[in-house]
Amino acid sequence: MSVATALDEIRNEAPPSRSDTGPAPKRIVVAYGFWIFILSDIVMFSALFAAYAVLVRATAGGPVGAELFSQVTLAIQTACLLASSYTCGLMSLAINSRRRFETYFLAAITFVLGTAFLALEIREFAGMIARGATPQRSAFLSAFFTLVGAHGLHVAAGLIWLALLMAHVAIKGFAANVERRLRCFALYWHALDIIWVWLFTVVYLMGVRQ
Amino acid sequence: MTDQRNDRAPGYSSTLPELEGLSGVFIYTIGLVLAVILTATSFWVANTSLLWPPGVPLGLAVLAIAQMGVHLVFFLHVTTGPDNTNNVLALAFGVLIVILVAAGSMWIMADLNANMAIMPMH
Repeated sequence: MSVATALDEIRNEAPPSRSDTGPAPKRIVVAYGFWIFILSDIVMFSALFAAYAVLVRATAGGPVGAELFSQVTLAIQTACLLASSYTCGLMSLAINSRRRFETYFLAAITFVLGTAFLALEIREFAGMIARGATPQRSAFLSAFFTLVGAHGLHVAAGLIWLALLMAHVAIKGFAANVERRLRCFALYWHALDIIWVWLFTVVYLMGVRQ
Repeated sequence: MTDQRNDRAPGYSSTLPELEGLSGVFIYTIGLVLAVILTATSFWVANTSLLWPPGVPLGLAVLAIAQMGVHLVFFLHVTTGPDNTNNVLALAFGVLIVILVAAGSMWIMADLNANMAIMPMH
């Protein structure tokens, strides 16, 4: 077989190019747009991380991270968020096969784990403020509360969103638009866990060593 | 059929033939186990006295990058497949900006600190 015929065969087998197939279905366009939003959100967090990294030694004679952070709380928080990411993934599978009860059950576990994470974070903040480690105390604490607080606000928004989505499922079932929103929520929740990986590494674990 | 010619939406499970044998639960469970191992290692690295102390932050950063990879592959289903090119390109651009912002800020501020500290008063 000559090279030319071999090339012809490859050309024949090639699928039509992307521009020949017309616009992508809405579920792909929506998820891709949400993916871009998540990446821009991560870029915003990178600015907060940069501010924290620059200001971490600017304690103005106030408390440093090693005196403030509890590794036990941190471990429980990390476990809660990781487990909720896992149950959120299982919820995506339940949605795939349209198992409504399983979806509610896994969403409820995700919600409870997210709430536990948030409660521990609020308790940690309240404990720090009670000891005088307020955001006004030093540049380090301002950066800490901004960075960790921004992540906490994202988690709180995600919990409200999840509750609303479950109401959608209850009313409309797995309609196409409800499913698209559930996919976006799963992306959002997994992305929050990725940001938490960096938070517990850069802020807490590197902080307790100083 | 038309679906296979399109890109895969971010976060959707794989339709690659080599992964079809594995159930979705199994893939998420592998991801969870790997993430737990990496998290536990991070905590150990931060608390142990066995390691050379100046190397510990670097080790923690490497563990965080590894865990980010685990999350992307097993939870967000990012692959190198041809149907995922757009998702990976967007991610690569995001990572580029993140590195520029974070590393650039730290570099500039460290330089400023080093140069400002000994500035004489006129």
